[in-house]
Amino acid sequence: MHYLLRLFVQRLALGLLTLFVVSLVIFLSIELLPGDVAQQVLGQSATPENLAAFRRELGLDQPAHTRYLSWLGGFLQGDLGNSLISGLPIKDLISERMYNTFFLAGFAAVISVPLAVLLGVIAALYRETFLDKSINVATLTAISVPEFFVGYILVWLFAVELGMFPSIANLSEDASLGDRIYRTFLPALTLTLIVTAHMMRMTRASLINLLALPFIEMAQLKGASQRRLIVIHALPNAIAPIVTVIAINLAYLIVGVVIVEVVFVYPGMGQLLVDSVAKRDFTVVQTACLLFAATYILFNLASDLISIASNPRLLHRK
Amino acid sequence: MTKFGSSLQIGRRGFLAGSVALAGLSQMPRAAQAQPQKGGVFRLSVNQGGTSDTLNPAEASGSQQIMVGWALRNNLTEIGSDNKLKPELATSWSSDDAQTWVFKLRQGVTFHNGKSLAPEDVIASLDLHRGEESTSGAKSLLAGVENITADGSDTVVFSLSAPNADFPFILSDYHFQIMPVGADGALDMSGTGTGGYVLDSWKPGVKTVLKRNPDYWKEGAANFDTVEVLLISDSGAATTALVTGEIDAVQSAEYKTLGLLGRDKNVEIESISGGFHPTFAMQSSQAPFQDNNVRLALKYGVDREALVKQVLRGHGTVANDHPIAPSMPFYDASIEQRAYDPDKAKFHLKEAGLDSLSVSLSVSDSLFAGAVDAVTLYREHAAPAGLDVQVVREPGDGYWSDVWMKKPFFTSSWGARPVPDMIFATAYTGDWNESQFSNETFSQLMLAARSELDEGKRAQMYSDMQVILRDEGGSVIPFFRNFVYARRADVAHGEDVASNWALDGYKAIERWWKA
Amino acid sequence: MNAILHELRKAPLTAKFGIAVVLFYIFVAVFAPLLAPFGESEVVGYEYEPWSAVNWLGTDSLGRDMATRMIYGARNTIGIALVTTMIAFAVGSAAGFFAAVLQGWVDQVLSRAVDVVISIPTLIFALLLLTIFGASVTSLIGVIALIYATFVYRIARAVAMGVVVMDYVEAAQVRGEGLWWIMRKEILPNAAPPLVAEFGLRFCFVFLTISGLSFLGLGIQPPAADWGSMVRENASLITFGDLTPLIPAAAIGLLTVAVNFIVDWMLHKASGLKT
Repeated sequence: MHYLLRLFVQRLALGLLTLFVVSLVIFLSIELLPGDVAQQVLGQSATPENLAAFRRELGLDQPAHTRYLSWLGGFLQGDLGNSLISGLPIKDLISERMYNTFFLAGFAAVISVPLAVLLGVIAALYRETFLDKSINVATLTAISVPEFFVGYILVWLFAVELGMFPSIANLSEDASLGDRIYRTFLPALTLTLIVTAHMMRMTRASLINLLALPFIEMAQLKGASQRRLIVIHALPNAIAPIVTVIAINLAYLIVGVVIVEVVFVYPGMGQLLVDSVAKRDFTVVQTACLLFAATYILFNLASDLISIASNPRLLHRK
Repeated sequence: MTKFGSSLQIGRRGFLAGSVALAGLSQMPRAAQAQPQKGGVFRLSVNQGGTSDTLNPAEASGSQQIMVGWALRNNLTEIGSDNKLKPELATSWSSDDAQTWVFKLRQGVTFHNGKSLAPEDVIASLDLHRGEESTSGAKSLLAGVENITADGSDTVVFSLSAPNADFPFILSDYHFQIMPVGADGALDMSGTGTGGYVLDSWKPGVKTVLKRNPDYWKEGAANFDTVEVLLISDSGAATTALVTGEIDAVQSAEYKTLGLLGRDKNVEIESISGGFHPTFAMQSSQAPFQDNNVRLALKYGVDREALVKQVLRGHGTVANDHPIAPSMPFYDASIEQRAYDPDKAKFHLKEAGLDSLSVSLSVSDSLFAGAVDAVTLYREHAAPAGLDVQVVREPGDGYWSDVWMKKPFFTSSWGARPVPDMIFATAYTGDWNESQFSNETFSQLMLAARSELDEGKRAQMYSDMQVILRDEGGSVIPFFRNFVYARRADVAHGEDVASNWALDGYKAIERWWKA
Repeated sequence: MNAILHELRKAPLTAKFGIAVVLFYIFVAVFAPLLAPFGESEVVGYEYEPWSAVNWLGTDSLGRDMATRMIYGARNTIGIALVTTMIAFAVGSAAGFFAAVLQGWVDQVLSRAVDVVISIPTLIFALLLLTIFGASVTSLIGVIALIYATFVYRIARAVAMGVVVMDYVEAAQVRGEGLWWIMRKEILPNAAPPLVAEFGLRFCFVFLTISGLSFLGLGIQPPAADWGSMVRENASLITFGDLTPLIPAAAIGLLTVAVNFIVDWMLHKASGLKT
């Protein structure tokens, strides 16, 4: 097992390097964006005088590398800094939204991952039957509709027509868990519909792909049932691609939900990030992107470790 | 609901010696109206602003900041529901020469923190927008103020560098909210004010909660117990939440769903004609726009009636290539309206020595709902005249810094101003002269009108200026857009609704009530 | 040719349906100017006119003919989606195979570069790039292709890694077969099924990404018609039970289902299973 441990440490170090490069890419992108904080905040009411005063106040008159290094210096010492515009500590700005984002992603994942794998196994088991086709058509239809439109349809059905759930997730600070689940049900359902098809199809494809391999045929010849064949023999061997696609989708649930947040007025990270990009609030964009990148890298690492652990050939390579 | 044809009439007495009557009276609805009732929760959806918004009025730009700001604080003067200038923290003002202005402060008004309103608060609050180091978006509005001094405990004196008969109107601008000076001499910008509501929690971009100020000095105002201001940027989501009763009012209703929304008997739609207008601005000092014939060709090439009908669904009025709306003072209704006329456009093109002309017009959807549609239709209208107007859709992000006043021909938008001088001075001279318009007579008239205290002469001057802009200006101004917003039927307001901004001049929080 | 026809005849009903739909879409896309009753951006009447003999599907929010916009939309939407996905798959899978076969520093450099791109939230990255480069069709294709290529790379590499350790690949390497040969003959056939499945989905995701970007204010330049933006323009009507936005959405949905039916059939054939 120490091979896995070594790999883990190695990849973690590489992850830190990735984060560093991400921070550079983000910084450069924001520098390249037309307009700076001062112009974006003042908008139509910008004049040369108040622009200059604004830049002096925020230290934007410093050269780019000085600003990057001073940000990096603070960041390495655990100081996330303040928002350029509101002046509030980024920690305060982000913590609650981060919690909201993880809550929604977790909620959607708890429904969608088991559902997708189960549907994938069933579809593989009863492949080329009416059931398989129905699952396929249903999931495909769900993802072929733009996500905001899925959201609107669910709102129309569950909020306007049936009045079962609220159309916007107006969270209050002291909401109970039950209330939270009630208020985030529609966004979570929207996300479930979006990610399930991808994972389900990968599960089904990987399983079917394996069914033609010699060791499965062998098991089949030994008289194993279809169900046993797929669940006991094929599924463990299909873990690598399935876990990869699950990791991608889990990461998506956390970092890619801007549009669902907008439709359901859900106070998550995505909306904050889009706002901050629009206002060129570099410190907020940087911190949020690094958090997302770290989340992604960790998921990725986990999926790689699971893939390797599930494949003895990869595990005992050296 | 469009009933503000003759609003904002200001008599000489009216603005020179501001009514000394109780300001609270102006809020009282006429006898036929239901009385304002106290109580209830008002959940309001606004659509401008973001997570990084602050409570610093110098940075105020969107409705989230403005509406919350005006719930917490007052100005010296305000535009009332009847669109007339009203005393707010000032009870009266006077000037002999329109250059030195004396404002009397209201007595017995206290801030939320218990401090009494004093001249030092007014001076510090306005100094925020003045001087070298100021980053205020309203810096240029106070550029003509040379000095602000206290005279005793209840009087503030403004000395201007040049006469400005409209000065009391300027102080009603949303930037000029009055905040208290703290013990350390610094301005308290945390939300403490003299307003009808006290800040409970401020989460910009999400939800702001306000509680009624039980000691509010204004009578019949601040009626809700609690107000929640939600930022909902997606108009579809806001409309649905209104229909399902999760919010009580939306700042802006989408045109395309208006018909469907109107069928809901729990919802009332309001369409208020105001001064908000887009401009298609040409850099008129550069080729090909320096030739007035080209500018006239482009002005004749737009079918204004069609734009109002199709882009605004009828919720607006045609404009006449000058920025003075029918709802504004000094609007001259006798000036002939320019009509869509491809033949005249062709004629002017020929006068300019051209058979056809191809121009690119930049636009962004972030300017106003239907902006790209308006330009797309303009392209179709102009084609028969030999004008090829290319639609260039720019990202809303960065529009003001990279497109506006940078491209030769671009779309822009302007909010309502209470008096002609404020829009003339802002958009047709100085830093933001977006069409690089230059006309000697126009500049002279503008200065003369500022110091002219005779109403009739002033009206004539402003009429002349409207004609100059219509015939020589560098902007095509196709229409004035109504404010279209909606509320639940159980939310009531007085007989009049202000037309300077949406939601009763952005003051619905203090003016409306739950029936 | 005959062999292909023979295969087609043997194909299951779903695959035949899928092929018929795709052929129909291609036909509409190619002959759009001949089929459409009006010009792409021509204003033919008032806004939201009902279905009639003249305007088959009524008119849109500006009084343009809906049917015409749908037909031109086929051309813009499918063209852009096809180009984008092909670039993404060519670049992504080639890089993924290289990394898996060569391993070592090539793998490290490619994988870390992909990590950087992929770990920045997709929509934010697209937002940044499109704001920098302008929202033209070319940059739209480039940016979406770049982002999709990173996903394809991950899948291609993961699958190829599983194949590379197989005995027959090692045997080929020992035999002295070249890199290109190994990638083509050994890895591609094995990696094809998951990649084809991914292709079917990604192809359809392009419309959705464009539609999502137009939700955030960046998309295809008007007055060009594309289905993603057409859904966006009318989306909020659905909350009142008005079905207008369902037309372009259904067009996307039908194509997605059709493409994936064909993909399923190809997967099934590739797997060599008889049942």
